Amino acid sequence: MTPALLARLQEAQAAKRPVALLTRLPDGEQRLWPEDDLPAPLAEAADAALRDDEAGAVVLDGEKWFVHPHNPPVRLIVVGAVHVAQALVPMAVLLGLAVTVVDPRRAFATPDRFPGVSLSFDWPDEALAALAPDARSAVVTLTHDPKLDDPALDVALRSPCFYIGALGSRRTHAKRVARLQELGHGDGAIARIRAPVGLDIAAVTAPEIALSVLAEVVAARRGAALARRAGAAAPVTEAV
Amino acid sequence: MSDEDVLATAAAWAAEGETVALATVVDTWGSSPRPAGSRLAVTASGRMAGSVSGGCIEGAVAEAARRTMETGAPQLLDYGISDERAWEVGLACGGKLQVFLERLA
Repeated sequence: MTPALLARLQEAQAAKRPVALLTRLPDGEQRLWPEDDLPAPLAEAADAALRDDEAGAVVLDGEKWFVHPHNPPVRLIVVGAVHVAQALVPMAVLLGLAVTVVDPRRAFATPDRFPGVSLSFDWPDEALAALAPDARSAVVTLTHDPKLDDPALDVALRSPCFYIGALGSRRTHAKRVARLQELGHGDGAIARIRAPVGLDIAAVTAPEIALSVLAEVVAARRGAALARRAGAAAPVTEAV
Repeated sequence: MSDEDVLATAAAWAAEGETVALATVVDTWGSSPRPAGSRLAVTASGRMAGSVSGGCIEGAVAEAARRTMETGAPQLLDYGISDERAWEVGLACGGKLQVFLERLA
């Protein structure tokens, strides 16, 4: 790979632009899609690789090309700069997620407590509207406080994000469901919320709860059967 | 380390004046431990970042990378149980994979 091509690839990554690197095997001729021109079949293969987030080889006119998508990282929006978040955020960073912590309580959301990740001090509905969760985003609410969690869930439920989790007991969640219904959300939408949040590993401590939540986020992202809780009117979760 | 970090690390090493080779998994068969697109960066001085397997073939890939770093010629390498080097650098899992090696230059 030439230094110039590596620089272009890194520039795209820094700008969160999805690009695909195409390499002809075995001579190593390379193209960067969509910046460089490609014959239509290779362009289609590059678009498909980006859509499915899956690298693979294609053969065109007897030439084998390796198509390598470079999508921006999956985002995780954490509402509540609380104790569980302090365990969850570094673990999420290790998993390669791009994390934003949302909490208008500036005493909680400090760079000291959350080094190296984005912080938003806006009210959660405004923060989430600005962040605009897409199909490669996960949202988890951790504040326990309806006046912070509910506005975030309200926006998340109107977005195509692949995961919505809300900390709180079954009883807390039942009350939350009633409030979200008053905001106009139907049963199908509300069933998208994973609550109680996380895979059931009988987590007790903050890092254990963080582990269960992130395991569930991974399961949802990869389309694992674990992502569908037994007995719940589970939504169909698609891999992204 | 994510594969994005491997690229960043490789770029940083190159900026320091190191000769760097980049290995990428381009095809897999059976139960290969790392998917296509996984990367390993190695330098002529012996630094390594990332992975192309569960640790089974990294040494062999780094060894092969010397030639690519010297000549600049890319290589397409096959590793797996059916390979004649299997008992030496095969994959314990029984998978097969193909690795593309290129010099960063």
